[in-house]
Amino acid sequence: MTAAAAEPAGPVGRPSWWRRTVNTRTAYLFLLPALLVMAIITFYPLVFQVWMAFTDFQLKNLRPGSPGPAIVGFKNFLRILDNNIVIPNFDFVRILVFNLFWAFTNVIIHVVIGVAVALVLNVEGLWGKRIWRAVYILPIAIPPIIVATVWRNMFDPQYGAVNQLINGTIGVLFKLPPFQLDWLNQPNPILTAGPLILPLAYFALLAANIWLGWPLNSVVATGALQSIPKDLYEAAEMDGAGYWDRLKTVTLPFLRPAMLPFAIYGFVLTFNLFTLSYFMSGGGPFGQTELLVTTAYRLVQEQHLYGVAAAFAIFQFFILLVITLVTNRLARATASFDA
Amino acid sequence: MTTPVAVATPAKVRPVAQARTGSGRSLKLGNQLLLQLLCLAIGSTVLFPIVWIVGMSLDPRNIARPDSLIPPGANFAAYGRVLERPTLNPVSFFQLALNSLTLAVIISILSVGLGVLAAYAFSRMKFRGREFMMLLILAVLMLPAVATVGPLYISMNRIAVGGFRLGGSLLGVALAVTSTQLPFAVWNMKGYLDTIPKELEEAATVDGASRFQTFYKVVLPLATPVLAVTALFGFIAGWTEFILAQVFVVGDPTQWTLAIALNALVGQYAGSTPWSTFAAFAVLFALPVMIVYLLLQKWIVSGLTVGGIKG
Repeated sequence: MTAAAAEPAGPVGRPSWWRRTVNTRTAYLFLLPALLVMAIITFYPLVFQVWMAFTDFQLKNLRPGSPGPAIVGFKNFLRILDNNIVIPNFDFVRILVFNLFWAFTNVIIHVVIGVAVALVLNVEGLWGKRIWRAVYILPIAIPPIIVATVWRNMFDPQYGAVNQLINGTIGVLFKLPPFQLDWLNQPNPILTAGPLILPLAYFALLAANIWLGWPLNSVVATGALQSIPKDLYEAAEMDGAGYWDRLKTVTLPFLRPAMLPFAIYGFVLTFNLFTLSYFMSGGGPFGQTELLVTTAYRLVQEQHLYGVAAAFAIFQFFILLVITLVTNRLARATASFDA
Repeated sequence: MTTPVAVATPAKVRPVAQARTGSGRSLKLGNQLLLQLLCLAIGSTVLFPIVWIVGMSLDPRNIARPDSLIPPGANFAAYGRVLERPTLNPVSFFQLALNSLTLAVIISILSVGLGVLAAYAFSRMKFRGREFMMLLILAVLMLPAVATVGPLYISMNRIAVGGFRLGGSLLGVALAVTSTQLPFAVWNMKGYLDTIPKELEEAATVDGASRFQTFYKVVLPLATPVLAVTALFGFIAGWTEFILAQVFVVGDPTQWTLAIALNALVGQYAGSTPWSTFAAFAVLFALPVMIVYLLLQKWIVSGLTVGGIKG
């Protein structure tokens, strides 16, 4: 850094402490506003949360001047692990497994479709690129709460667009009776494998989230595609490489470093995606599409079990920490290209 | 004594990934048509839900059985109902929109302002605890706001002056949402600032500009795309925030935002939602964001991807 180099070394050995720390002090001055807000809004409640997790904090303790809650040790944590919570159909392991599966399947599909569409729109000489890009970005621009409620409406058994579409095409063609599948509440799971239960509602949520998720991946992939040096393609072409060869040897390796961090970010985002589960399926049927975030919200807002919710959040924190460490490790271990 | 600060013209440096327009080479007509067909197919899946909801909002019957995309006797009656009184509370759409707008603007300004200062420090300065601070801020990205909503609500309720309670106000919601926006904002803006050549700042420093002047006059103008993106994301986050708004201000209908009202609208009729009203509400809710998004589109691509690559 220039500032550090410009620092005059005192004539008598070391400069004073005040002079030596000028960079650090300037830096923290720049950081102060952000840190101040985060300290009050994020870090203090986090610490408070740890204490709450060991108490039976409830609604009655909220009133000003009310006596403090009783310390209950690890009881809240055990209650969660024992599924001993008033929320119907609460099963911690099932929710966790479903949540991981949900995030994983979504991100893979988002990235694949996003990259594929970006590649199509990157074909040289394609007409109307700008128009298509503008159309494809629309889902990102719609508030997620509206996406969720609109898709809930679309999956309505009687009036929803999906069933009407099926009735209007296949139904008319084969003269079938009215098709009234209750996508979001169909009680029999499609697939059950150990703790993993996938009801029909999962696929409905997946469809909605694919619609919602791939465009942003496409934007990121498009940006990355445009930063690939053109001469690389020309060189590959001179070597006689066809479109697919160039895709494999030039394009995809270059996309990797851009897409990987974004995929990890997308994973965490999808893992914590509140709106679809809460507004579309309401966590149903039988809580099978409930996620950790929606459960945490219900514990606070519906049950007012602040102590249990705090313990739950601590579990959540460690789960996300493990996910982050694992994905970062994976990303580093597999990142062979440094563009 | 004033020292004129030499500022390089922003046009000289372009840290933005330049869009290359396809040159010369033409596509075979058959391939062109095939790809256009594919684009059209993708486009129709993207547009279908949007067209569906717009069609429903025009349906005069306010029934839950829209049987065609443009219903017979389509009109704007549902929009009138929504603008006048969208929920059971005597609160107009404009009041709700104003609340959402207030929230969005505060969050937008705060996340850009606080975020870019921190991003600049991380990008340009070497200091004790830099790595630790970056990790600390990034770690928050992992934890959803809902995970701390309980203690947050409790502690913010303790901050009260007279009749004003931070935990029951839109300002409290704005601060809380800003805090959740900051990690990504700082991270993305730092990545972008990293791509701006340091030489410019060095030149300004040589000419006698202070650290803050360099930041303000050299770096900020060059960082416009990423500032726009951060502002946009902050705006959208505020305009659409549900969880924190619901927890903090649901008890006071005059402070309700559009998101709270939409939730109430879908829930209040227990199973028989008036879909045209709902659809009109959704369209009015989504429209501002969509317009802003389309207007800022060119900033979004460059502001998001450059930071993302170097993140």
